[in-house]
Amino acid sequence: MNDQTPTSAQRAEALQGMGCRRKRVEDIRFVQGKGNYVDDLKLPGMLYGDLVRSPYAHARVKKIDTSKAAAVPGVVAVITAETLKTVNLAWMPTLAGDVQMVLADGKVLFQNQEVAFVIAESREAAADGVELVEVEYEQLPCNVDPLHAMSDGAPVIREDIKDKKEGAHGPRKHYNHVFAWAAGDKAATDAAFAKADVTIKELIVYPRCHPCPLETCQCVASFDKIRGELTLWGTFQAPHVIRTVGSLISKIPEHKIHVIAPDIGGGFGNKVGAYSGYICAIVASIVTGRPVKGVEDRIENLSTTAFARDFHMDMEIAATKDGKVTAMRCYTIADHGAFDACANATKWPAGLFSIISGSYDFPVAHVLVDGVYTNKAPGGVAYRCSFRVTEAAYCIERAMDIMAQKLGMDPAEFRVKNLIRREQFPYTSAFGWQYDSGDYQTAMNKAMETVGYKKLREEQKAKQEAFKRGETRDVMGIGVAFFTEIVGAGPSRNCDILGIAMFDSAEIRIHPTGTGICRLGTKSQGQGHETTYAQIIASELGIAADNIMVEEGNTDTAPYGLGTYGSRSTPVSGAATAMACRKIKAKAQMIAAYMLEVHDDDLEWDVDRFRVKGNPERHKTMTELAWAAYHEVPPGMEPGLEAVNYYDPPNFTFPFGAYICVVDVDVDTGETKVRRFYALDDCGTRINPMIIEGQIHGGLTEAFGIAMGQEIHYDEDGNVTTASLMDYFLPTAVETPKWETDWTTTPSPHHPIGAKGIGESPNVGGVPCFSNAINDAFKFLGSTHIQMPHDAWRTWTAAEKLGLHA
Amino acid sequence: MAKSQISLTVNGKTVEALVEPRTLLIHFLREQLMFTGPHIGCETSHCGACTVDLDGKSVKSCTVFAVQANGSDVRTIEGMAAADGSLHVLQEAFREMHGLQCGFCTPGMITRAYRLLQENPSPSEDEIRMGISGNLCRCTGYQNIVKAIQYAAAKISGVPFREAAE
Repeated sequence: MNDQTPTSAQRAEALQGMGCRRKRVEDIRFVQGKGNYVDDLKLPGMLYGDLVRSPYAHARVKKIDTSKAAAVPGVVAVITAETLKTVNLAWMPTLAGDVQMVLADGKVLFQNQEVAFVIAESREAAADGVELVEVEYEQLPCNVDPLHAMSDGAPVIREDIKDKKEGAHGPRKHYNHVFAWAAGDKAATDAAFAKADVTIKELIVYPRCHPCPLETCQCVASFDKIRGELTLWGTFQAPHVIRTVGSLISKIPEHKIHVIAPDIGGGFGNKVGAYSGYICAIVASIVTGRPVKGVEDRIENLSTTAFARDFHMDMEIAATKDGKVTAMRCYTIADHGAFDACANATKWPAGLFSIISGSYDFPVAHVLVDGVYTNKAPGGVAYRCSFRVTEAAYCIERAMDIMAQKLGMDPAEFRVKNLIRREQFPYTSAFGWQYDSGDYQTAMNKAMETVGYKKLREEQKAKQEAFKRGETRDVMGIGVAFFTEIVGAGPSRNCDILGIAMFDSAEIRIHPTGTGICRLGTKSQGQGHETTYAQIIASELGIAADNIMVEEGNTDTAPYGLGTYGSRSTPVSGAATAMACRKIKAKAQMIAAYMLEVHDDDLEWDVDRFRVKGNPERHKTMTELAWAAYHEVPPGMEPGLEAVNYYDPPNFTFPFGAYICVVDVDVDTGETKVRRFYALDDCGTRINPMIIEGQIHGGLTEAFGIAMGQEIHYDEDGNVTTASLMDYFLPTAVETPKWETDWTTTPSPHHPIGAKGIGESPNVGGVPCFSNAINDAFKFLGSTHIQMPHDAWRTWTAAEKLGLHA
Repeated sequence: MAKSQISLTVNGKTVEALVEPRTLLIHFLREQLMFTGPHIGCETSHCGACTVDLDGKSVKSCTVFAVQANGSDVRTIEGMAAADGSLHVLQEAFREMHGLQCGFCTPGMITRAYRLLQENPSPSEDEIRMGISGNLCRCTGYQNIVKAIQYAAAKISGVPFREAAE
């Protein structure tokens, strides 16, 4: 070997495979303003649609007069429920097994509900038309309080199903009841509570909030009457699901629907569902024979598509005197709005909420969730978390703090005492989930040592004394959270959407010159998939990441997949990518053996080549093997070098983390300063640390927003009062804290590359960490639980209630 | 609706156009001139995705009528790279420091950062954070955007960039 020959390590580094802080491929176009987002699309003859929306939360629609609107210059047509009825599309099925009005049919059930769709030659003409659609309403009493939805005499939200005793998920106990869902062992749990030394009980509310990506939901529908084909460009996190649902709803055969999701300006769950605006644009294109664009404005986005949370959790924990947890139970009311259009795996009306036993060794546990209808927007999604996981993590992490307080224990010490121990993995929780891997003590110890936890508590003690002496008006809070997620939905035995198992897929083609393309059923919305999937392939196949193109979002070219949400891309499609690579590698090995005239078993893999064992000078690189695959395959072998894998994960993955934050709260203004936020994450094998850190920064910032100010708030008349960026809190660079990130690595034993997914961890762990910090600040003054969001007004109010302003 | 004649410079080129008086500058840029780099993220001037440079000031082009830009010199993200296609140091910096994810806020953010560095070539971290507070990002948490602007400022001034420890 001469000195010029690169070593294995040098060749491996040149590939930019897993573990490399590879710069993003996507950025080249984005930094030049050359991204290709839906609203950038301009087709010949394209029309614009705009929606007439209800000013009332609950009202009968007596009459819709579209004549003045239709007479506006440039207006082409106005569609109402009556128009949609002619094509049987006034209502549509939801992902959750309910039905939903596309346009108001006799009644409106929430403010800003879609009432009519105006189609015009320009955006402006469509908006002019919307102004002139005259709708006569008769207002009805409304209810926006989920805790009163099932009381006697509550307004009937859904007249269409008020006498139905059976819903999509079993018996209904009230006309505003959607479903009841339970998990765990009720009898054993009740028995454990009956003999518990210490118990706590608290109503923990996770308010309604909204993912609010910077780009709203939008689409362009183009129906070709001659071919009978529909092309639908849209902001879709799950393009194939949109195609299948679109076909089932419209009756256009699925092979004649082409769904394309171009670059997406952030999703966070908002872009999973199928919304009325899409159906209207499709019908409008069918009716007019021209492409139709529909773009939400921000108010429409915040008030009508994809709320999150709205979980009202009555949480209890039982423990022994010396601080060992013995049971937990939780009764939850879930506000699903006017239609049950939650984007959940179909069998799980409360999602994966039974991860609520968290990171702790609870012998028994039980949850019951009742979903209810109210006069609020439908379409619940998981805002940067797996289905209902953040609600569960918030609830258990607040409750653990409350129990520690009652026991007089330090919240970190109480957690350490109850964490699932390393030797218990794989660990079966009281709800039956099998946690794949974890080393919780190491993570927790590392977090506590790094921040100097003991010293912080000493400082806090001194500050509290100073506060009592009247020397300061600041109170110091230390927030601790240890979370476990359940992501990567999911195994077909657990998960499906409308009967389609939640596998995902990758198709890889290696070209004759040794470069390749990988197509997937997932869809990046900023996660950097074009960069990271190529890194997996680089490590698996020894082809430089720069020589792999990654393509998503075109249902004609990508293999079927369920899309990107619930941190499922890496756990499911990442696995599919690795498995497809392994099929290709196996074929390449046979070709290499043939070329080198040795048995397959006489070869060994070395970074980017197969070499003869004991004789490394004799080798064939992947580039050579790619050429050979199209040129001199062994007799009887099919030419070509490509593979597809549909990966049905054997289990979920369970990322975890230990977060600690320090805040100082001014009790006279209610203002909170975040002094420090430390996040330790364990997502198993790390594919691109730079992207992981970026995901954590972003997720923590969203968590900060949620904990400190985000709420989709309704007044008692059902008016949504926080539907613009004037009122809905999105943190700017000024108030956003600085983030410290850290990690441990505990690979998933069942995932081909050991990766668990990261995008949602910071949201799941961050929210309870902030909330625990605020609550911790006031604990020494006798406070037990202050509800989110912890904006200055609420925090000031909490201080006022504690008599701190006297 | 009667249209008005306007004449302005966009990314160094003179543009003559007829626009409705109510046409917003962002719609004029995106839909008549096909400069789709600047984006629309709200309609209340909060998000800053539509930020462009107008006569040496950052403006939110969703809050300016196209007719108000008559006679002006407008620069969008598309006018940021050099004539030979080489990236502006801020564009390079955003990629180097991972200052973007979905890319939707990026054109407005870079255009704003460009003006910020014209106004203040060596801003402190707090000055950067204040300077971009009219531009929202939902993905990055700003930390790497701040770093990217520091990187660009250092490179423009010819001083070595030292990454602050996390």
